[in-house]
Amino acid sequence: MSEKEPLFSAKNLKLFTDPFNAGNPITVLVLGICSALAVTVKLQPAIVMGLSVTVVTGFSSFIISLLRNTIPNRIRIIVQLVVVAALVILVDQLLKAYVYEVSKQLSVFVGLIITNCIIMGRIEAFALGNKPFPSLIDGFGNGAGYGMILVIVAFFRELLGSGSLFGIRIVPESFYVSAGGFYENNGMMVLPPAALILLGVIIWVHRSVNNKLLEK
Amino acid sequence: MNRDSNIYTLVYSAIMVIVVAALLAVASGALKAPQERNREIEKKMNILTSVGKAAGASIADDKNAYIENEYSKYIVESFLININGEKTEGDAFNTDLKAELKKPETERLLPVFVCSDNGSKQYIFPVRGAGLWGAIWGYISLKDDFNTVYGAVFDHAGETPGLGAEIADVSFQKKFADKKIYLDGKFMSVDVVKNGSVQLDDYKVDGITGGTLTSKAVGKMLFDCLSNYTKFFDVQKQNR
Repeated sequence: MSEKEPLFSAKNLKLFTDPFNAGNPITVLVLGICSALAVTVKLQPAIVMGLSVTVVTGFSSFIISLLRNTIPNRIRIIVQLVVVAALVILVDQLLKAYVYEVSKQLSVFVGLIITNCIIMGRIEAFALGNKPFPSLIDGFGNGAGYGMILVIVAFFRELLGSGSLFGIRIVPESFYVSAGGFYENNGMMVLPPAALILLGVIIWVHRSVNNKLLEK
Repeated sequence: MNRDSNIYTLVYSAIMVIVVAALLAVASGALKAPQERNREIEKKMNILTSVGKAAGASIADDKNAYIENEYSKYIVESFLININGEKTEGDAFNTDLKAELKKPETERLLPVFVCSDNGSKQYIFPVRGAGLWGAIWGYISLKDDFNTVYGAVFDHAGETPGLGAEIADVSFQKKFADKKIYLDGKFMSVDVVKNGSVQLDDYKVDGITGGTLTSKAVGKMLFDCLSNYTKFFDVQKQNR
């Protein structure tokens, strides 16, 4: 590239917006569903998880991209893992120090961000071959695309499974069978299979809206 | 430089590991104080919640200061007791209940916290046990007749959200108020069972639908932990 590219060029912006639609890590690439099943029972942890993953994907892509010309090819994956693991531990420690309540809810899943396929996927597919800034944008975009699906799934699971949103009661207490009403929470929604079914529905809706995603 | 040589690879990994280790050590050292403070505040808040205090914590401007203030206002005394119900020396607040429960009964030193509000006294006892997936723990408070439950608070490490995890919910914990633990002088504890079971109303709490195993675990935890205090209850009742 002879000319210097502006920081927020159309190309760079596309890196950020693409993961929200045609390049979504969960619904299109089907990466990272494991944690999508685990942390989407309530909205608040889903949002914090989305943010944590975004921070980790963004900065790990950025750091790996900075180092990309120095990393010995034979221990490439190990170097990536060390960077990702270090970032995840930092995030975990920060959560424990400053948002203790939420870190308790996320418990082990923050540590498991290390194993989130999206992070390694973006590092391998993008950061190793691109400059730091586009890599950072790409990482943030993919983390946010992941977070968006988490929030959508958590919205339905919390509403239908617990009758609340952000812990605030939405379905009035008097509707419940136990209080003489007609309504009962859908117990299946709080279990992981419900997340899988909801994800399937989201992928279905996504594909019927965006025809380009359909295989010929 | 040859990036595929063994020396380069070794030196690269060595430097990387040292840099990362140093970074994490610094971060861990710098964040240790607020993390320990969080744990301490959480414990104080749980103790206060078991006697129905600290209700304004979520809306307080400075939660930590609010909790500290409430704690020093209401929790007037804390001490350790041995299996015979005698007070012994020690730091009740920092006693590790998990470690104490692993010791043989005769060596256990168990904490008691005393709350005083306008002349009425409540006694708070920490409890700990095994849930379905991990540890469960909490605090239960008794009125000064050492028979009537005043309040309870529970928390868990990893019970199923929406099912067993509901033990951490206020609506479940509220059901423990005014239950009894003694029947005609015999220690009964409070059990957590399915509604409609034959047990006497005063000695049971309705379990959580879909969370039967965790519910049972709470009942067992209360029985096991409060059993350690029965001598203490007897001594206190005689001294009244």
